[in-house]
Amino acid sequence: MVWPAAIWLIVFFVLPLVVVVLYSFLTPSTIYQAGGPFTLANYARVTDETYTSILERSVIIAIVTTLISVVTGYPLAFFIATRPKATRNVFLLLVVVPFWTNFLVRTYAIAFVITDNGLINTILVSYLHLIDQPLRMMYTPFAVFVGLVYGYLPFMVLPIYTSIEKFNFRLVEAAHDLGANDLRAFLRVMLPVTLPGVLAGCILVFIPALGAYVTPDLLGGAKALMVGNQIKDFVFSTTGKPFGSALSLTMMLIVVVALLLYYRFADREA
Amino acid sequence: MAELTLARQETPAIDNAKLQSDLAVRRIGKIGLSIIPWVAYLFLWVPIIVLIVFSFNSSRTNAVWENFTLDWYAGLFRGGVLGGDAKLSTTELLKAVQNSLIIGIAAMIISTVLGTTVALGMERFTFRGRRALDLLLYLPVVIPEITMGLSLNIFFSATFRNLNTQTGARFSLSLVTVIIGHVVFCMPFVAIVVRARLNGMNRNLEEAARDLGADEWQTFRRVTLPLLMPGILAGALLALTLSLDDFVVTLFTNGPGSTTLPLFVQGLIKFGVNPSINAISTIIVCVSMGLVLFSLILQRNRT
Amino acid sequence: MSSKFNQRFLLLSLFAAILAVLVVGRPTQHTSAQAATAAPTSSMVMTAVATMPLKNGKPQELHVYNYTTYIADDTISNFEKLYNVKVTYDTYTSMDELYSKIQGGNPGYDIIVPADYTVSQLIKANLLEPLNLDNIPNFKKNADSKFQNPPYDPGNKYSVAYQWGTIGLGYNSKKISRELNSWGDLFDPAFKGRVALLKNGRETIATFLIYLGKDPNSTKPEDLAAVKDLILKNKANIAAFHDSDGQTKVAKGELDLISDWSGDFFQVMADPANKDLGLKYVIPKEGAVLWTDNLTIPKGAPNKALAELFINYIYDAQVGASISNYTQYGSPNKAAIDQKMIDADALANPALYPPADVAKKLALLGDIGDAQAAYDQVWAEIVAGVSQ
Repeated sequence: MVWPAAIWLIVFFVLPLVVVVLYSFLTPSTIYQAGGPFTLANYARVTDETYTSILERSVIIAIVTTLISVVTGYPLAFFIATRPKATRNVFLLLVVVPFWTNFLVRTYAIAFVITDNGLINTILVSYLHLIDQPLRMMYTPFAVFVGLVYGYLPFMVLPIYTSIEKFNFRLVEAAHDLGANDLRAFLRVMLPVTLPGVLAGCILVFIPALGAYVTPDLLGGAKALMVGNQIKDFVFSTTGKPFGSALSLTMMLIVVVALLLYYRFADREA
Repeated sequence: MAELTLARQETPAIDNAKLQSDLAVRRIGKIGLSIIPWVAYLFLWVPIIVLIVFSFNSSRTNAVWENFTLDWYAGLFRGGVLGGDAKLSTTELLKAVQNSLIIGIAAMIISTVLGTTVALGMERFTFRGRRALDLLLYLPVVIPEITMGLSLNIFFSATFRNLNTQTGARFSLSLVTVIIGHVVFCMPFVAIVVRARLNGMNRNLEEAARDLGADEWQTFRRVTLPLLMPGILAGALLALTLSLDDFVVTLFTNGPGSTTLPLFVQGLIKFGVNPSINAISTIIVCVSMGLVLFSLILQRNRT
Repeated sequence: MSSKFNQRFLLLSLFAAILAVLVVGRPTQHTSAQAATAAPTSSMVMTAVATMPLKNGKPQELHVYNYTTYIADDTISNFEKLYNVKVTYDTYTSMDELYSKIQGGNPGYDIIVPADYTVSQLIKANLLEPLNLDNIPNFKKNADSKFQNPPYDPGNKYSVAYQWGTIGLGYNSKKISRELNSWGDLFDPAFKGRVALLKNGRETIATFLIYLGKDPNSTKPEDLAAVKDLILKNKANIAAFHDSDGQTKVAKGELDLISDWSGDFFQVMADPANKDLGLKYVIPKEGAVLWTDNLTIPKGAPNKALAELFINYIYDAQVGASISNYTQYGSPNKAAIDQKMIDADALANPALYPPADVAKKLALLGDIGDAQAAYDQVWAEIVAGVSQ
């Protein structure tokens, strides 16, 4: 019963990853894509500052994106979960529907708003006359943050919403009775109980943000190079496939660490 | 007079300072909770609305409203070049749409079949390697797309190189490789949705059917499958949407003539010289919303 | 559950899956036999409208893989109509992308358009089909002698020139008031964050090797390091690396100054909507890279004969002129120039058709062999360093 799916995944998912691991130990070659001898040179090169700095930056960008998503997503989820049942689905839809449109289209929409003669700058410069020169937002790390949060916010909102929906608000009442104010009630009661949803949202945002390619490519320019862009450049270059493989596996290592952390924390909560 | 001195329970003095600070916290919380959601909704919708509005703008450069016009939409149907490159023409656009649909439907069918079977197997049976399969099913969901794209690209080119030199056949990157890649990440999502549905299903109905003399196959066909159908359809629709939307995996697995709509849009973003891209985007947005509404209606009718 | 149930279910779903693949999937499987059944005989003369014979009842197909913005709007459709064939036209934005796609084995293209230095790599790697010049009579007839028997492909065994051009400075003179004439202008602090460089490792490194007065084909590590230091010292200026869409960004006002291919920038200058923008293109005084892109047939092309016909079609004087007039690149088609089919302003433009004194300072890119890996590495470090 499960064999068709299992075989498909093994052949087209596990096997390619094995090939990638293999490639990461091969020597680059101009004529063929890669060949023997087996070498650790690619991994040695990954430790070079050029690449570790980009990995570092990608991790930081992913973490910041996750934090912004939590801070924005939790209140949003709380808001939706506390609407009357009739309207709740509408508000939920309003979050999800933008997500159902094409990712490229949404990225272009952001570009359209923040570019030098885009919406924001046109309003600030031509209509409100608040500033003379347009605000440089495009091709900056700021643009990448905006694009990433924009793309992944629903991933954060939905799990948190699920958690909050199941939350028993009587617990908060009890906390109030015991003298806690709203902040304490939230931190000591609500947050811990809804934490599984928050953690699920975090991992669902962190991983794609870490490996993001389209957003930094279209919005970030040269200044927001992330590891995903580097990997793509290497794969589509003359001698870069082995090193691209090594770099990709190094990034995967970070993903695995994040997942392990997630399971460690999620288990404690359960 | 002997007075009973009752121990007077002192009501705690109202700590005014704490009360004030608590009220302040509540007020701040209320403000935050009322502002942030609306800011978030604006943030989510304004870019899309702006995109749609300016698809009707007669000005070629961004964001300065001139006149209302349907020219850009007309241009899409008229034929001709849309951006700064001969490839960005309406014929190529239609080809890209066609490819996206072919890939999407094929990936949807295959991943729905595979995902449903694996979901049924996982939920209804115990077998060796069940845990391993569970893990295997979640991996394509959590792995970054770029890694999946890279691995498929390297795998296909290495495999084809060997196959081509050993047999005479010429395999190459094409629609098929794109479909294969899409199924890899669509199928686990279908499995998740169907499993959730299976979990919530009432097994009594199936038992009742068996009590009435139906064999396994009949039970499945007449009872299980119809009950499962909303989940299967939801999963299928999810697979279709994911496939239509995909960019990264397609970028790494496509070959001659297998450009998809997202790839075309990306070309237009780079070389677009007029709001045709806004027009195309608006159409895409409307179609996506239509699909979502359709799926909701389906689910509403069945539950 | 019983095994009989299992089997039935399994069979049914396997059947459904296979059916889906067969019905909807379309594997591309070409064998050399198919190529042989393509019909045309050796000499096809352009003037006679000869429709190509149908194969299996369908028009023959040609798969072209070319640079973006590198062909006129109607060239392909005219070819399709003229010969009753179908053309799929895919594009790439860099030589790296092209080479990496072909390196793993031809995925089914009949025509690819590599640069001169890439042609040498492809020949060495045995990835090109030899051309039968008898099937391409227009080449001998119409091509400028400079492009017959080039150094990177003696005797035109594998390639014929398609377009040629230079890499120079393109800028918005409304935003940049002074005349620019040096590669060093890219690093003027006044242009902080308004500059983009071409995202092509070989060509950009060569450009700065020229600026530094070194050999543009140098494989010396210290030369490459010098280029890297130069660019990284001035990274504050660089907002982006553009893969052949920089000129659109200058026109949109997102950037002011870029290094770009001549024709790409001229295309944007020629767009009537941009005539008030004051766009300019110059070949800096230190010199520049002169490149030639070439029509070639990758090994294992499905329809080699149709590909040769296509090349012959491109070399028709009229077609060649219409391509160059649209792409604003240099045409290797002497007949088109002699018959005045090329725009007169283009011919008179010293940035487009450089006069002898400028031509002296233009450099050709040759084969660097295994130093390609060193170039790739330095380039990756430059791109990563600029983003810090």
